[in-house]
Amino acid sequence: MELSINGSKHQVEVEPDTPLLWVLRDELGLTGTKYGCGLAQCGACTVLIDGQATRSCVTPVESVAAAQITTIEAIASDVVGQKVVEAWVTHQVPQCGYCQSGQVMAATALLKQSPQPSDADIASAMVNLCRCGTYNAIAAAVRHAARA
Amino acid sequence: MNAITPTSAISAELPEAAPLNLSRRGFVGGVGALVLGISLPGGSARAQGAAAAIVPGTRVRAFLEIRPDSSVLFRSPFIEGGQGIFTAMAQIVGEELDVEPSKFVVEGAPPGRDYLLIGGGRFTGGSMSVRRSYETMRKLGASARQMLLQAAATRLGVPVSSLSTQPGRVVHAASGRAVAYGEIAEAAAGLPVPANVPLRRPVDFRWIGKPVPRLDVRDKSTGKIRYAIDLKLEGMLHAAVQHAGRLGLEPSAFANEAEVRAMPGVHSIHRLPGAVAVLATSWWRARRAVETLQVTWTETSPGSVRVMPADFSSEAHMAKLKAMPGQGVAFETVGDAARAFDRARTVVEATYDAPYLAHAQLEPPSALAHWSQDGTLELWLPNQAPEMFQADAAKVAGIAPEKVIIHSPPLGGFFGRHFLYQTANPYPQAIALAKAVGRPVKLIWSREEEFLRDALRPMSVARFRAGLDADGLPIALQAVTVTEGPTGRWFGRQPDKVDSSTVEGIAGKVYAIPNRRVGQIHVDDPAILGFWRSVGHSMNDFFYETFFDEMADVGRHDPYELRLRLLAASPRHKALLEAVADLAGGWRRGPFAAADGSRRARGVAMASPFGSEVATIAEVSLRDGEVIVHDVWVAIDPGSIVNPAVIESQVNSAVALGLSSALLEEVVYEKGMPRARNYDGYPILSPDKMPKVHVRIVESGAPMGGIGEPGLPGVPPAVANAVSVLAGKRIRSLPLSKIDLKGSQG
Repeated sequence: MELSINGSKHQVEVEPDTPLLWVLRDELGLTGTKYGCGLAQCGACTVLIDGQATRSCVTPVESVAAAQITTIEAIASDVVGQKVVEAWVTHQVPQCGYCQSGQVMAATALLKQSPQPSDADIASAMVNLCRCGTYNAIAAAVRHAARA
Repeated sequence: MNAITPTSAISAELPEAAPLNLSRRGFVGGVGALVLGISLPGGSARAQGAAAAIVPGTRVRAFLEIRPDSSVLFRSPFIEGGQGIFTAMAQIVGEELDVEPSKFVVEGAPPGRDYLLIGGGRFTGGSMSVRRSYETMRKLGASARQMLLQAAATRLGVPVSSLSTQPGRVVHAASGRAVAYGEIAEAAAGLPVPANVPLRRPVDFRWIGKPVPRLDVRDKSTGKIRYAIDLKLEGMLHAAVQHAGRLGLEPSAFANEAEVRAMPGVHSIHRLPGAVAVLATSWWRARRAVETLQVTWTETSPGSVRVMPADFSSEAHMAKLKAMPGQGVAFETVGDAARAFDRARTVVEATYDAPYLAHAQLEPPSALAHWSQDGTLELWLPNQAPEMFQADAAKVAGIAPEKVIIHSPPLGGFFGRHFLYQTANPYPQAIALAKAVGRPVKLIWSREEEFLRDALRPMSVARFRAGLDADGLPIALQAVTVTEGPTGRWFGRQPDKVDSSTVEGIAGKVYAIPNRRVGQIHVDDPAILGFWRSVGHSMNDFFYETFFDEMADVGRHDPYELRLRLLAASPRHKALLEAVADLAGGWRRGPFAAADGSRRARGVAMASPFGSEVATIAEVSLRDGEVIVHDVWVAIDPGSIVNPAVIESQVNSAVALGLSSALLEEVVYEKGMPRARNYDGYPILSPDKMPKVHVRIVESGAPMGGIGEPGLPGVPPAVANAVSVLAGKRIRSLPLSKIDLKGSQG
């Protein structure tokens, strides 16, 4: 199966129903995308599929064979992604950091769709779990990135 | 410093990127030499005699390596898990060494005597890291600076007294010459470590006490940081396990072994104590296979392992705790509470309870094990106590501790999860599996297996009885907790003594109540118990501080005013309480109408956890029976501080976790098994429930206290006290989500 990830083509030999998350992590070594729950509950595994924030732990790889997949590893080469990362650094968002790849991807998807999101837009898009409780810093950083 | 015998050779092999991001080449290729070299300064591979001579926290070369570019590698005695300890270490050491914190690369130190800075041992917990190492780390930085000055004096041929430092370099003002630290690090490393070096005056601090940015934030914002779960070794197999649903059962027959063996990528199937494992070419394949395996689980012989009774339920255990009579073993006695009740005009009594809690950190536990051909065992695993894990892994592996090399990657959340908890740690399984197949094995517990085998915050019941005088003021207080504590469970319990973790937060209160007795009734808990952020305080402060409001209500006092009154002789606490009220725009209990039309109330609570003092106010409304927490104000007095930005982050985090426990969390056991196996059944605080958090730091100058945990304990009682005002009934049990508040006015 051929996948288009971060602008490059990758050949993988996996069962077609394998979740994209495990193809990224174990087959391709892209470990920036995290396993948290495996049930689309926490969002630590969030990647972009054709620009949409998607939970890769429940996304069969065969369903994205024709799609453009973007992971946290490519965040610095994306204009919006760069802004988000800089806002994350400015606001010192991460604590343990484990959920933050997913948070940054979710924020990037939001700002691509709504460059000037309202607080309600932010609340409805930024729903990933963070056990360190960085939620206020996340919201502040998203607002900051939208202004940048 | 870079000239230490083995490390000068090895430092050349260190990846150019920060060691936090071991390059693939360095990691896969250089496992043996690289790692052994780094572990040497710790002394584990040295003779016992030499190791015994080491005074922890004094040998500069065990901690510091100044590289040719004058950047500094610091080996931290404490593990980073989001609490900002690596940055704090860089601030403290950098302040005295005269190196900007941003020039530091910090990694978790290997096991070794040099790092035993917590009462002769080592762990990252109890909010102890900074307060227990602050002076030692300053002296270490100052000693290293002195060595650099001495080396520069020799290099420049001038008296050391004519030299000074600027960040990263030694300066000879008279001649205008300067030498970068990196140029003289090798020479400096050969010098003896000086004794009695002068320390910088606090008024001259440039980084201590300042909101220095955390060192790992960029790597954590770009997915570059690597946790234990992300690591990979050449030739590694992936492992997944299926545990017995009930602790203590053992696997016997497999109904479909051939079918599972034929599944894609499956390497082998293994029986483990209390579990079965599948090794495969990817974790997903291993997991799918092990969960397909149909296992017959059988009872073990009595006494061989800890067995969860088949009829155990958390509900029945709670009933058992509540039914235990008596006052238990006394822990704190002041005056004579029993006799003081004779003088009491009114008696207030209430019984409180709190449930089991799971850690629910986002990174599922894992362990990567690699047996080398020379018989050493290398382990990468999330842990808060490298030496303890080393000793236990050695026992499990049947080899000497110095043959076990422990790596402590950054933790994807911990909150107490990564101590030694017997059946709650994956590494014994990884060790056995790697041994069985002669290849490196990375074992990850699925989220479901993690919820099945996590070590729980204990369940507890607290009974209170207070006597009030004619003015409604408390003159006597009796409290007894009925529970088992994690400290007694894992570090030995004496039947005639109280495990302090069962009463902390009820004992040690500062209010002027002249007659008090606090005790504990021990009841064995069949569950695997663990330390959970703020330990006993996580529930005991809820018990005490909500009962305090009950006393105030019965005595017809405002709960804030009564606290102030009972703190009149304790200026530090009185000032802190006034500070939080000031931060909140003044105290008002409510109910009152907010600008958005909601009917709100406020609750207040005080706590004295982990050497710090905390005052908390929460503002709450009810909507369709659901508790909405709008704002939480926290005034925290840790005595003195290292990084105010980290403190603010930690208080935010503690508020989130404390609120999560108050609103939502409860591990329910039925038939010996936990009901919830993922976040769908064990909800944790989501972003929409996060209140605004306002923090004021008060530096009273008292001895330095902790930061990671103290923000938590005040939150559940502050919220519960506010809810009680709105609901018109006392809240005596958590979480609030199980209490029907629908009839209450919002």
